[in-house]
Amino acid sequence: MIPFLIYIVIFIVAFLVVRTVTDQAQKGFNARKTVTFGDESAVRSNRVASVISILTLFLLWGTFTGSSLLPGFLHMPGAFTGTTTFEYTARADDGSEDTATVTVLVHPAQEDADAPEVDPGDGWAKNDAAAIGAYRSGLIRVDRNDEKGRDQGHQIIAVNGQPIAPGGEVFVDNARLGMSEKGTLNFVPAKGWQMEAIWLPPPEKVVERLGEIASSGYRDSTLWEHLGFSLFRVIVGFVCGALVGIPLGYAMGLSGWFRGWFDPIVEFMRPVPPLALIPLIIIWFGIGENGKIILLFLAALWIMAIAARAGVSGVAISKVHAAYSLGASKWQIMRHVIVPNSLPEIFTGARVAMGVCWGTVVAAELVAAEQGAGMMIMVASKFQLTDIVILGIILIGIIGFGIDVLMRMGERWLVPWKGKI
Amino acid sequence: MRFDLPNGDYVQALQDVSLELAQGELLSVLGPSGCGKTTLLNIVAGFLAPTSGDITLNGHAVTEPNAERGMVFQQGALFEWMSVRDNVSFGPRMAGKPQSEWGANVDHLLDVVGLQDFKEKAIYELSGGMQQRVALARCLANDPDVILMDEPLGALDALTREKMQGLVLKLWKETGKTIILITHSVEEALLLGERLLVMAPRPGRIHKEYRLPFADLGVGADLREVKKHPEFNERREEILGMIWDMEEEIMGRTEGEA
Repeated sequence: MIPFLIYIVIFIVAFLVVRTVTDQAQKGFNARKTVTFGDESAVRSNRVASVISILTLFLLWGTFTGSSLLPGFLHMPGAFTGTTTFEYTARADDGSEDTATVTVLVHPAQEDADAPEVDPGDGWAKNDAAAIGAYRSGLIRVDRNDEKGRDQGHQIIAVNGQPIAPGGEVFVDNARLGMSEKGTLNFVPAKGWQMEAIWLPPPEKVVERLGEIASSGYRDSTLWEHLGFSLFRVIVGFVCGALVGIPLGYAMGLSGWFRGWFDPIVEFMRPVPPLALIPLIIIWFGIGENGKIILLFLAALWIMAIAARAGVSGVAISKVHAAYSLGASKWQIMRHVIVPNSLPEIFTGARVAMGVCWGTVVAAELVAAEQGAGMMIMVASKFQLTDIVILGIILIGIIGFGIDVLMRMGERWLVPWKGKI
Repeated sequence: MRFDLPNGDYVQALQDVSLELAQGELLSVLGPSGCGKTTLLNIVAGFLAPTSGDITLNGHAVTEPNAERGMVFQQGALFEWMSVRDNVSFGPRMAGKPQSEWGANVDHLLDVVGLQDFKEKAIYELSGGMQQRVALARCLANDPDVILMDEPLGALDALTREKMQGLVLKLWKETGKTIILITHSVEEALLLGERLLVMAPRPGRIHKEYRLPFADLGVGADLREVKKHPEFNERREEILGMIWDMEEEIMGRTEGEA
């Protein structure tokens, strides 16, 4: 909740600051428009906002993980470490009350530490000491060294002067003290606002891990092998799907028999999510490469077939008529009119299919694989290696985005007339 | 020409349409919407097979589209994935002719239609009027015997349209092609048609045929001068009245049915 509120505050403050700082005078044909609300063409993506948006995400990530990339004053208060003390007041059966001090050393959880030495003090209740890891909690049996133990009705009635009873709790400096039903104190050091690295590692830890698994690998394969395997599966599956799907789509667009024959199959298979096929694919083909490539082939096949069919039906009849009356043969119509005219649709389909394939391969690797980006993050998550999981997700996102950018560049190169007629 | 519908009904699109066209004539066809103008043109082009009757050209029957009958469409019939030059040379290239045979002719045609500076441009970079000039050149580059034009200037603005009408007349005279032109503009039909066919709907049939002097007058002359010809106005009013009556009849009938 707090990170979210901070995010909103940064959003608003950045907007106000950027608006006052930057030059409002726009240039171009939209500059003199008075109606911009509702005119989508007048809305330009604000580059400054994009940059601040990304920086904000990393800033929040850094502040809530105590990143060393950020100066200390930007860090959220972290978990308490160090020595803290509190006093408890105990009462025995005979009605006598005594007060003693407990000294607790809160140490980083991954290090071992011994309880500090303390002077037992006077009175029948003796001073205690304990060592508890940050983000952890521990029971402190303060009655153990007291002269009047539980056999004499030792009972804690107050902490730092505040009364406490079994089931209740008291807040002291740097900690919360709960009391169990049996009357034992449970010491919970203050966690602060930072995330423990096991849930969310700071950015530099992720970068460090990137270098580590890029050079020495994870699970017998380097990072590039993992990503390469995923990409290889996607490309082979997609190419096979396109090689079969595009001719199938053309046939469906050009022949009534083909359309009648394959329509029920395509229309049935299209809404089946490829992920739903994973169990069947594993039963039939096992968890090796074949199964994955067949799965991706099936994921791309129907999308490409439908795109090619739409491409054929999108050919203006006047173009076909014109080509015929210019003396073109059927084959020439196919080669020079139908195929180029369907390219925009096929590219749209290919972009969708690549996106679906990339998602499917990661999911298939999550289920079962020897190598692959999905397998890497799945195995890492089982060992609570959150940094590898986050690294994997970021790399999967970057590659997916990269694929789409490449497809768009190819589209602009091969179909320059798209959207201009 | 009759379209039998799946529910047993039928639409009589054309009935008893007979006409003969001599080499080098320019026929414009005019009529209210739904009178079968486009159906007639599609039959002549070979895109539709008539239920009865036949079309004969150069002594053989017309059964399918062929390079001897070129077609110019209203819009969107150019190939956007080719340059202007590739569009114009499409016919000869498809016939497998080497560039040495068509190269000079294509260049000449592009000069004639005034696109000498746009030969390597992409189609989407041209304006609507330029695109129709490419369509005309493409049709002529294939050297057809008959040119069929389906409202070729219909999508152009009024000024461009006048320019293009002059161009059509000029090309007609220069090349001596037989042209059938479909239009719904009375002025255009009068200006361009050496012969003018007024068609009536339901079923589509020939209502009246004119032989007009304006096309010959207009060759190489200012078309606006031709429009001032006293007979031009007279004919225009006459034909407009005719079509107006037909449209009224159609409207009246649909309202009556409703």
